[in-house]
Amino acid sequence: MHLDPLLLSRLQFVWVVAFHILLPAFTVGLASYIATLEGIHFFTGKDIYFRISNFWIRIFAVSFGMGVVSGVIMPFQFGTNWSRFSDATANVLSPLLAYEGLTAFFLEASFLGVLLFGRKLVPRWAHFGSALMVALGTLFSTFWILATNSWMQTPQGYKIVDGRFFPVDWIAIIFNPSFPYRFFHTVVAFYITTGFVVLAVGAMFILRRRYVEEGRIMLSMTLWLLTALVPLQVFLGDLHGLNTLKYQPAKLAAIEAHWNKEARAPLILFALPDEQAQTNHAVVQIPDWGSLILTHDPNGVVPGLKEFPAQDVPPVAIPFFSFRIMVGIGILMLAVVIAGLFLRLRRKLYDTGWFLKACELASPAGFLAVLAGWTTTEVGRQPWTVYGLLRTADSVSPSLSGGDVLVSLLAYMVVYLIMFPAGAFLILRILRSGMPAATQEAAVESGRPKAPVVAPPEAAT
Amino acid sequence: MIDFVWLWTVILGTGVFLYVLLDGFDLGVGILYGFAPDTPARNLVMNSIAPVWDGNETWLVLGGVALLAAFPLAFAIILPALYFPILVMLLALVFRGVAFEFRFRDAEHRTFWDHAFNYGSVVATFAQGVVLGSFIQGFKVDGRHFAGGSFDFLTPFSVFTGLALVFGYALLGAGWLILKTEGDLQAWARRLGRWALLGTLVGIGVVSIWTPLMDKGIADRWFTWPDIAFLSPVPIITLLIAFGEWRALAGRREVAPFIAAIGLFVMSYVGIAISLWPMIVPHAYTLWQAASSPDTQVFMLLGTLFLLPVILVYTSWSYWVFRGKVRADIGYH
Ligand code: HDD
Ligand code: HEM
Ligand code: HEM
Repeated sequence: MHLDPLLLSRLQFVWVVAFHILLPAFTVGLASYIATLEGIHFFTGKDIYFRISNFWIRIFAVSFGMGVVSGVIMPFQFGTNWSRFSDATANVLSPLLAYEGLTAFFLEASFLGVLLFGRKLVPRWAHFGSALMVALGTLFSTFWILATNSWMQTPQGYKIVDGRFFPVDWIAIIFNPSFPYRFFHTVVAFYITTGFVVLAVGAMFILRRRYVEEGRIMLSMTLWLLTALVPLQVFLGDLHGLNTLKYQPAKLAAIEAHWNKEARAPLILFALPDEQAQTNHAVVQIPDWGSLILTHDPNGVVPGLKEFPAQDVPPVAIPFFSFRIMVGIGILMLAVVIAGLFLRLRRKLYDTGWFLKACELASPAGFLAVLAGWTTTEVGRQPWTVYGLLRTADSVSPSLSGGDVLVSLLAYMVVYLIMFPAGAFLILRILRSGMPAATQEAAVESGRPKAPVVAPPEAAT
Repeated sequence: MIDFVWLWTVILGTGVFLYVLLDGFDLGVGILYGFAPDTPARNLVMNSIAPVWDGNETWLVLGGVALLAAFPLAFAIILPALYFPILVMLLALVFRGVAFEFRFRDAEHRTFWDHAFNYGSVVATFAQGVVLGSFIQGFKVDGRHFAGGSFDFLTPFSVFTGLALVFGYALLGAGWLILKTEGDLQAWARRLGRWALLGTLVGIGVVSIWTPLMDKGIADRWFTWPDIAFLSPVPIITLLIAFGEWRALAGRREVAPFIAAIGLFVMSYVGIAISLWPMIVPHAYTLWQAASSPDTQVFMLLGTLFLLPVILVYTSWSYWVFRGKVRADIGYH
């Protein structure tokens, strides 16, 4: 059997980045939520916000730890498996990654210690300030990493000398054409992802009649937020798609499974794309609406895959389906927030069993949509790592054998399959154990931390 | 025009060194953890680094991306060449990193997470030592690529440097624990510290002899007149610090063992730098040949000169918040 180091390196990258993204998807939102709760507590002095914050800080600690260890692996992937990509793009991309470290990671890491263990060691404003700094750090991190990725999608501000990229205009590099869309769409996605988790936990507390008061606050606060963000996200997604149409037409054609360039294109709701025959089977479609959505004009012309050379065409089925999964989840989310708004107006929000049950079930929705969205973005970018300029096949490290990468991929799989389920299990356990009682609100006694976070007594012997 | 390569060499050198010191002591604490007498002692040992380990590990990320940013060619050659030691290091760091949280939350599997923390620390350190050894050995290069095999790194020399670093980090860890603990636990750290010191000294000695034997260029640098006159203070100072460290560990002083351990690392670092200067990919590329474009360096410099001091200020603040001894007189144990 021939083992292809390229294919295996791609699988490995997908494996490590897909697990990594799950944690920022949760912690970016959670950090802001905790900062908000700490802020409300700081300014109003209401005890309940303090309890809710402490509860989420424990979950944050576990998630953040996993985010860090899975994140440390990421930049090394660029060197070990994608050394030619690194050599070619470093002059342009490395400062963005370095600035992520300088502006974000240190900020997060230093203030995290104080946020988790320092409640009794520093004044209240300093603790609140630390929560703010951690939240800010996560957003900076998102900013830089998405600038990096967006430059790979829509490169500009560079020149090419001897097959390598050199910077010409930094502003153009950072604020490349797809960056604003990708940044806002992703940050909103992260807030939504966290929102649905908090919503589910609030609903769970209300349904189980434990910590009902805290549950209501969680449910109500996040539902307001989601009512604003979910529709906004659909709108941002539409803009993002238009941007893709402009700069990455082949990706867009793959997302829509359009084979022929045409005016009055249909909107394909469902199909089985056939990449060999360059056609679709089992099509369910709405006439003219494809053009209408993409060009905002029923007579608009949309690109088709046949107009691109065969070696430049991305896979079709994967982006086609992953995009539909993302949009489908978005529509379900919309249904949840509309139902919530309706029930709130009729003052039945907290005692409508089916709605609370639905909120519980929706907890993983954000994660799935994020993974589906990224799959669309990244698979749709193929066969390029730097769109139109550097092929994925020319990015991989030349010295690696298929066997080498197989071993490392298996090692990552084994370790992640131990670590992530263990982490998920612990988070679920913290959720079940509920609000910390007043006496164990902080892991600090006699002025020193005694456990990395608030450990419930039975677990800290 | 100003030569920014110098500046970047200093920045990267400092960054890597800070990593070695900071994560060095907390990996070292993880190495010694395996010898801790009982659960209360383990709790204290782990708590002595709980609030700071994440920040310390961030220097590893920064070191990696700073290498990419300042000397991309070196990054693109060295990382594939060290594919497996880096893989092992990263996976070990995963185990060790999650063990902090998981150990306290998952009481049923506490022993498993204790091992994850301890072995994770040992293995990550060993892998870093192997990386260091392979780096000193140099790499087979063809054009802009690594041209050797993925197991070229594995030699008796690199295995030896791996072991030596385990002792070295253990020494730093002992220094940290002496600072943060008192009573029996401190006495325990002093005992282990002496063993670590012996191992470290053997390591430094053997590497100092082995390296010039391996490489004629390095031998010439150290042993020809007049260089030998300028360089002879390096081994002499090292010996003096080693002597001071032994006395500090055996005596009552609390800060000196950590400081002297840092001193030993500074001297070893200086020694390696003298041997390899000015190569960044030993035997193939110098710092200047591997450097990134001046535009890249300037853009990075603007931010770095402003941000590094800020980072140092708030990092110091967070250390200061957690100053003093770790205590366990009140608690759940
Ligand atoms: C909560 C998560 C979530 C939800 C509900 C949606 N998205 Fe999304 N989408 C993402 C989370 C996301 C993402 C994971 O964050 C992506 C991946 C890359 C990116 O920028 O955002 C993404 C990518 C992405 C792309 C790919 C852009 C590209 O890289 O070329 C498009 C066209 C859309 N989205 C459009 C939409 C539309 C029309 C939605 C309406 C329902 C929608 N998204 C809902
Ligand atoms: C965080 C969410 C992300 C996810 C889920 C994701 C997912 C993926 C997937 C599925 C591929 C493989 C496409 C294919 O091979 O067909 C890929 C490729 C790639 N991605 Fe991402 N990606 C993410 C973010 C990023 C970011 C932020 C960067 C850069 C900073 C990046 C860099 C790359 C590179 C270099 C490749 C090329 C290797 C390859 O084709 O497998 N990715 N990614
Ligand atoms: C959309 C894609 C990504 C986003 C939004 C993102 C964001 C984040 C965030 C917010 C953190 C903080 C830890 C946490 O909150 O869990 C983090 C950690 C980290 N990420 Fe990512 N990340 C992405 C993909 C990547 C990629 C492709 C790389 C590789 C260059 C990377 C490198 C890292 C590193 C090194 C850390 C650890 C930081 C530390 O030591 O504190 N991330 N990431």
